[in-house]
Amino acid sequence: MFDFLEGYDVLGAFWMTVKLTVFSAVGSLIWGTLLAAMRVSPVPLMRGFGTAYVNIVRNIPLTVIIVFSSLGLADIFGVTLGAKDDFDVLGFRLAVLSLVAYTAAFVCESIRSGINTVPLGQAEAARAIGLNFSQTLRLIVLPQAFRSVIGPLANVLIALTKNTTVAAAIGVAEAATLMKDMIENEAQTLAIGAVFALGFVILTLPTGLILGWLAKRLAVKR
Amino acid sequence: MTNVSVAKEDVAATDELVVLKSVNKHFGALHVLQDIDLTIGRGEVVVVIGPSGSGKSTLCRTINRLETIDSGTITIDGKPLPQEGKELARLRADVGMVFQSFNLFAHKTVLENVMLGQIKVRRTDKKQAEEKARALLDRVGVGTQADKYPAQLSGGQQQRVAIARALAMGPKVMLFDEPTSALDPEMINEVLEVMQQLARDGMTMVVVTHEMGFARSAANRVVFMADGRIVEQAAPDQFFSNPRSDRAKDFLSKILHH
Ligand SMILES: Nc1ncnc2c1ncn2[C@@H]1O[C@H](COP(=O)(O)OP(=O)(O)O)[C@@H](O)[C@H]1O
Ligand SMILES: [Mg+2]
Repeated sequence: MFDFLEGYDVLGAFWMTVKLTVFSAVGSLIWGTLLAAMRVSPVPLMRGFGTAYVNIVRNIPLTVIIVFSSLGLADIFGVTLGAKDDFDVLGFRLAVLSLVAYTAAFVCESIRSGINTVPLGQAEAARAIGLNFSQTLRLIVLPQAFRSVIGPLANVLIALTKNTTVAAAIGVAEAATLMKDMIENEAQTLAIGAVFALGFVILTLPTGLILGWLAKRLAVKR
Repeated sequence: MTNVSVAKEDVAATDELVVLKSVNKHFGALHVLQDIDLTIGRGEVVVVIGPSGSGKSTLCRTINRLETIDSGTITIDGKPLPQEGKELARLRADVGMVFQSFNLFAHKTVLENVMLGQIKVRRTDKKQAEEKARALLDRVGVGTQADKYPAQLSGGQQQRVAIARALAMGPKVMLFDEPTSALDPEMINEVLEVMQQLARDGMTMVVVTHEMGFARSAANRVVFMADGRIVEQAAPDQFFSNPRSDRAKDFLSKILHH
């Protein structure tokens, strides 16, 4: 019944999807948090950069960003990201870079909305005992902000998992790329679609459930 | 004779802990602090009272520079308030602040609340910080609550933890901004008692409060503010029994008769 799967490395393709997701998730959480810190910083230049970045990046389609990084960064400017001759590795790294750049804008906005849920008195009390701006942010405000936005961050993460399919545009051998190949070569189009849809649900469903549980567990009581 | 009087002045000068000179501050068009001159001696307990909106909180907040001032000078222990940066952080650690709404760090346990500043600002090692924190929590009577989160405590307990948190920094002066105003009546005394003990131990304190009992028993001086100005200052007994300004008479008649 599942003969059409024969000869195709479906698990391998999904493994690539998982790798893209994990690397991009870590990168965009870090970069997104830094962007959020910039957006609330007292330095106008940083605030300006953060605001401009978020507003520009989240309004550009991801496909455009990914194609730009491949054609523009790699082909025209010769950026190799440490993978000069290995096009598979270069493609993977460019895809992660693009996904991080894009997803970080959404992570930033989630965290910033989380920062707004932390009462002003928390930061004032932190400053009053002598913590500086960065300590106040790292030790008091961000930990509380994160806990209040685990739900929204789960949505960003789920969107990221699905967005990895855009890496197909620059030939990264992830799930969507394989699906396209299979649909071209096999007759069972519907079944193939169902398999890949199921694959993505298997990847994203636990993310939502686990983070939803964490959100409840870690909620800050006031 | 001249020698003696010079010596006396010297003592007075070094005993001035917090000095505000012609301090002015605006919030937009609102002139919240108008030519404030106020000197607080080491070990002195000063109660600040006055109608709502008269600038009492703002005054407190300028002393540890949670609010900036437009003109004038503020010195703490002879040193002018620094601008931003490391110096300012150090100054803030020397000036303890207790807020009306407690503001305990909600994601940290009571013990962690009292240890954090010692470790991150004073660079005390963990073990010592914990010892000091536990001793302070015992002193304010919440030692048994050390491992709970702030939300699990009553208001009175939270405020006592907040006092311990400020004391943990070894401050030179403590500022209290209406520390009992957010409390249920039955919890007010447990907080006032801690403050009273602190006053007896010689802590320099600036206390914004309408608790006349506390002012009478613990304060050396009452400062009455109205419309951004210090209208009157006197010893508590003198102020409450015999206020000189009409504003103070009017204010006292309102708070004493309800
Ligand atoms: N951050 C602020 N921005 C604008 N106005 C403020 C701010 N904080 C306080 N005020 C105003 O300044 C005045 C004095 O406030 P405050 O110092 O809190 O008075 P009090 O503590 O005596 O009630 C009030 O009119 C208040 O509305
Ligand atoms: Mg006030």
